[in-house]
Amino acid sequence: MSVLQITGLSLTIAGRPVLRDVSLDIGAGEIVALTGESGSGKSMTAFSVMQLLPEGAAPSGHIELDEIDILQADEATLCSLRGQRMGMVFQEPMTALNPVQTIGAQVAEVIRLHSNATRGEAQQQMQEVLIRVGLTPDQVPPSRYPHELSGGQRQRVVIAMAVVMRPRLLIADEPTTALDVTTQAQILDLLQQLVTEDGMGLMIITHDLAVVSQLADRIVVMRHGEVVETGPAAQVLAHPQHPYTQMLREAAAHQVDLPQAEATEPLLVVDKAVRDYPAPARMFGRAAPKRAVDHVSFTLERGERLGLVGESGSGKSTLTRAILGLEPLQAGRIEIDGRNVADNDPTTRAKVQVVFQDPYGSFNPRHRVARLITEPFHLLPDAPTGAARSALVGEMLESVGLSATDADKYIHEFSGGQRQRIAIARALITRPDLILLDEAVSALDVSVRAQILDLLADLCRDSGLTYLFVSHDLAVVREVTDRVLVMKSGQIVEQGVTEQVFTVPDHPYTQALLAASPSLPEAVA
Amino acid sequence: MRLSLILGAALSALVLALAALSYLWTPGDVTAMDIANRMKPPGAAGLLGTDHFGRDMLSMIMVGARVSIAVALVAVGIGMGLGVPLGLAAAARRGGWLDELIMRGNDLIFAFPSLVIAILITAVFGPGAINAIIAIGIFNIPVFARVARGAALPLWQREFILAARVAGKSRAHISVEHILPNIANLLVVQGTIQFSLAILAEAGLSYVGLGAQPPLPSWGRMLADAQTLVAVAPHLALVPGLAIILTVLGLNLLGDGLRDLLDPRLRRVRT
Repeated sequence: MSVLQITGLSLTIAGRPVLRDVSLDIGAGEIVALTGESGSGKSMTAFSVMQLLPEGAAPSGHIELDEIDILQADEATLCSLRGQRMGMVFQEPMTALNPVQTIGAQVAEVIRLHSNATRGEAQQQMQEVLIRVGLTPDQVPPSRYPHELSGGQRQRVVIAMAVVMRPRLLIADEPTTALDVTTQAQILDLLQQLVTEDGMGLMIITHDLAVVSQLADRIVVMRHGEVVETGPAAQVLAHPQHPYTQMLREAAAHQVDLPQAEATEPLLVVDKAVRDYPAPARMFGRAAPKRAVDHVSFTLERGERLGLVGESGSGKSTLTRAILGLEPLQAGRIEIDGRNVADNDPTTRAKVQVVFQDPYGSFNPRHRVARLITEPFHLLPDAPTGAARSALVGEMLESVGLSATDADKYIHEFSGGQRQRIAIARALITRPDLILLDEAVSALDVSVRAQILDLLADLCRDSGLTYLFVSHDLAVVREVTDRVLVMKSGQIVEQGVTEQVFTVPDHPYTQALLAASPSLPEAVA
Repeated sequence: MRLSLILGAALSALVLALAALSYLWTPGDVTAMDIANRMKPPGAAGLLGTDHFGRDMLSMIMVGARVSIAVALVAVGIGMGLGVPLGLAAAARRGGWLDELIMRGNDLIFAFPSLVIAILITAVFGPGAINAIIAIGIFNIPVFARVARGAALPLWQREFILAARVAGKSRAHISVEHILPNIANLLVVQGTIQFSLAILAEAGLSYVGLGAQPPLPSWGRMLADAQTLVAVAPHLALVPGLAIILTVLGLNLLGDGLRDLLDPRLRRVRT
């Protein structure tokens, strides 16, 4: 018997169609993955089930949870359904918790809201559920506040709140996207275990096909608000029928044709670099400073593609900023072409450019593309002007796969992938020797990501690019780098030729990272 | 929902238009007394009646608007002109000694009750429109410095600012080129609010006799003069009082409307 049955669900928001004729059902104890790229309507499907739709939304069709039609239910019924019969886990656990309440109080509140439990009973149940999600009182007591927990622990609290009433249906919207890969593996295990124990249906929304293949029984592939393919997860992933699913599958396992690197001379030399952040001031004096980068040394040769992997807080972003000269070092030095970056010399600075992660935050919304991508010209004493400048802007835009006429547009007219192309054009316009790619493809959909990675390979072929590719995504780093550095707690714990590090990892941390990364099964030809 | 914007803009435009018109034409002469026709109610002599010296009230309101607007405009200009650069500098050097210096200086000014200090300044340097402008202007500086710093701080964390720093631009250059245009909408809104507060402050100062000096008419002094005559000729107090209220209301509505219009976050909720 199915827990959730959606038949012919259509949704318009302010007259704009968002979902068209979506049908799916989830049985008890079944894990169904909704997957698709951004804008495919997978989150809106979940919000339709919870009836947490934005203003102006007009759903039609049927959504039946245990034979109650949610679309016909009144607000009072919905309130009792939410939390009691269906629970939801969000992407970002920090914003899903109230920062000024202890985690115990927040879980107990859910219990008291949905049952007649007394204060004492609620306390009792709260402690049980926290232990169930792996937060034992000796390690994480309920008296803690959300900011005192790690990201994975916070997500466990959110899960505890969702499952404490033993709902029939659990909806998890990208529950591990904001988490590190080792934490992701633990949270996925926990979700699986809870589904088995309680016999709930789990609707998991994710863009990551590797997660789908690891967890889901069935898969629902969505595109432009429609379900394009559905079936048992293993079968759909091995033999995708719909062209869109095939494209997704190929993009996720995309092979980049990276030309052979010709390392020649050292370009970037990092020598025992140390970066400390001062600790916040206390009533008396200061605590010991936090060491973000701890005696890091490595060399990047001209023409080489180097990867830098590590989990959040490992210091890779700080190191990137230090190389850009944005952060002062407490000890050691960073040299580019034999010149110290700390000297702040414009000609040295012009040799390094950067592409950031967020395609939306990397541009001043009030400037046109031509002005945005020529910003690094500020570093050049003899920057081209007038017609030569416009010609170069056009040429740069064409080299990243856009058109020269895009120069007069504003940034909001472009999609995420196009913006990242513009970011690459901005980084390349001064013909720098080295480009830092700081999680440059992490925020992109798989198909767009594959295109950007291909673009990088093309640029390597055409102009012998040297780059440092910083990412938490091991699969991508493996595709586009020759050598790789593994960073943990500010130190480089392992470095070597990429293929070698990935096939025979030396350090226990690298082994743990690789073991935790979900991977797609090899495609069956 | 756009009503506040339209109403606010209309009221503000009306006051501005009256003030501008007063340079070219007024119904009567604001210095000519006509004791025979004193304290005539509205309609009997002139549109808004006459005051206790028989001067035309409408003319006085028009010329008074000129003084109020000039004082408020220059005072807000001082506040913006000094406060915004200070706030931007503080944000650019967040946590540094410059930030501390600017913000603690701000706190110092905030710590004094503004009207009392304004009275002190005009009392020491003598009453007059210029001193009122300076007194009100000084207290506008920390307001704008705080708004500018508060809005600039999150922007400094954005990646397009990092990109500009990678392009080798100085902090001052980034503040002017990237930060200022992105906080301009907030500053415009704050400007209209401060403008209305400055008009109130000017009226307050001239009420106690420390603003524009006679024979130049001012709304605050018209109120003060009317005080003892309220029972005999209520319009003497009502006319300048309503002028102040409508101007301040208009500017506040305009500020509210502009905020809704310029803040994309609020706009999204509406559509």
